[in-house]
Amino acid sequence: MKRTPITLGATLLGALFLYATPVLADEAKKEETGKDIAFNKSKGNCLACHAMPGVADDQQPGNSGPPLIAMKDRFPDKKVLRAKIWDATASNPGSYMPPMGKHKILSEQEIDKVVDFVYGL
Amino acid sequence: MKKLLLTLVGAGALLGAVYASASPEDDRVATVNYYKHKFPDVKFKDYIYGSLALDADAKAQYDSIMEFPPFETVVEQGKKMWETPFKNGKKYADCFANGGKGAAAMYPMFDDKKGEVVIFDEALNACRVANGEQPYDVGDAKTMGVLLSYARTLSDGYKVNTKINGAAAVAAYEDGKKTFYSRAGQLNFSCANCHQVDAGVRLRSELLSPHLGHTTHWPVFRGGDNLVTLQNRYVGCHKTVRHVPDKPGSVRYKNLEYFESYISNGLEMHASVFRK
Repeated sequence: MKRTPITLGATLLGALFLYATPVLADEAKKEETGKDIAFNKSKGNCLACHAMPGVADDQQPGNSGPPLIAMKDRFPDKKVLRAKIWDATASNPGSYMPPMGKHKILSEQEIDKVVDFVYGL
Repeated sequence: MKKLLLTLVGAGALLGAVYASASPEDDRVATVNYYKHKFPDVKFKDYIYGSLALDADAKAQYDSIMEFPPFETVVEQGKKMWETPFKNGKKYADCFANGGKGAAAMYPMFDDKKGEVVIFDEALNACRVANGEQPYDVGDAKTMGVLLSYARTLSDGYKVNTKINGAAAVAAYEDGKKTFYSRAGQLNFSCANCHQVDAGVRLRSELLSPHLGHTTHWPVFRGGDNLVTLQNRYVGCHKTVRHVPDKPGSVRYKNLEYFESYISNGLEMHASVFRK
């Protein structure tokens, strides 16, 4: 059968869809990790103020807050760390760490992920 | 009863003393001393350079850029605006003493008749209106910004000379001070958190500037070509902390400029400069 340019185009387009669809589905499935959220400037942006000496790619961290290291020793109770991230001003009114949970900067699930990530530092 | 009265009078005197101790001039002196203690190596006159005063490498880079500022043509354009007569033949220079030299250093000032702070931007607009022209939008960088980029250089080398006289003027200053120290936005920052307590601290690679001297050098050219006026910068600050910004020239922003200017009294003006 001799193919017309139109059918050839349609075949190619079809092939493109077959190829492209699984890729898109993969990206949708790829969830943001706690580290992604902590590094993202429009999400946790933890790096703006905190260095993470144990993380290889903590590029140009800020120094407004204490470095995030030995977190399990500093926060034996993980809940205390979560509360700090949710609203640091509750335990220290002078703190100017943005209240990630109280002001809905991050969702509860995102906070859980960040807490897991930070707790491992 | 007499004892109670005496106690009350005593308390009143004490309150008066506390209030007096928080006068604008006392705030200014306390601020200068605060920074003297915080950055003992930084000279008072260098606070006009913002965070550059705290970073010798960045200051050296700034100095080399300022030898041939990439934004010179914009300031030239502002000069042309300043010198071009209005339809009635008068010029901006006719609206100010000394042809506008040193004028910007006197602003913001409190206008008792209006009952509010007037910023230099508005004084330029008042000059336009008095001469039959339409005022510019205070937030418009292409008109007001360009005009300011030259008009403010006429005060280069003059010292900031903000005056606060009378209860209404003090109230405007206090309102600006309140804005400076109040938390704002989803991120819950006050101006003071970053630009007083954390001055000299880095947020990622950005060094935070001290608020002393904040008003001395506007407009700035960020990245060499993006003209930003002080009023537009306040909009940017509010957006950064995710607070709904005012329009440039709002009473709140004017009072904030009044507060920051008074605190910067005695520093030299140096307008139209490069910033990262």
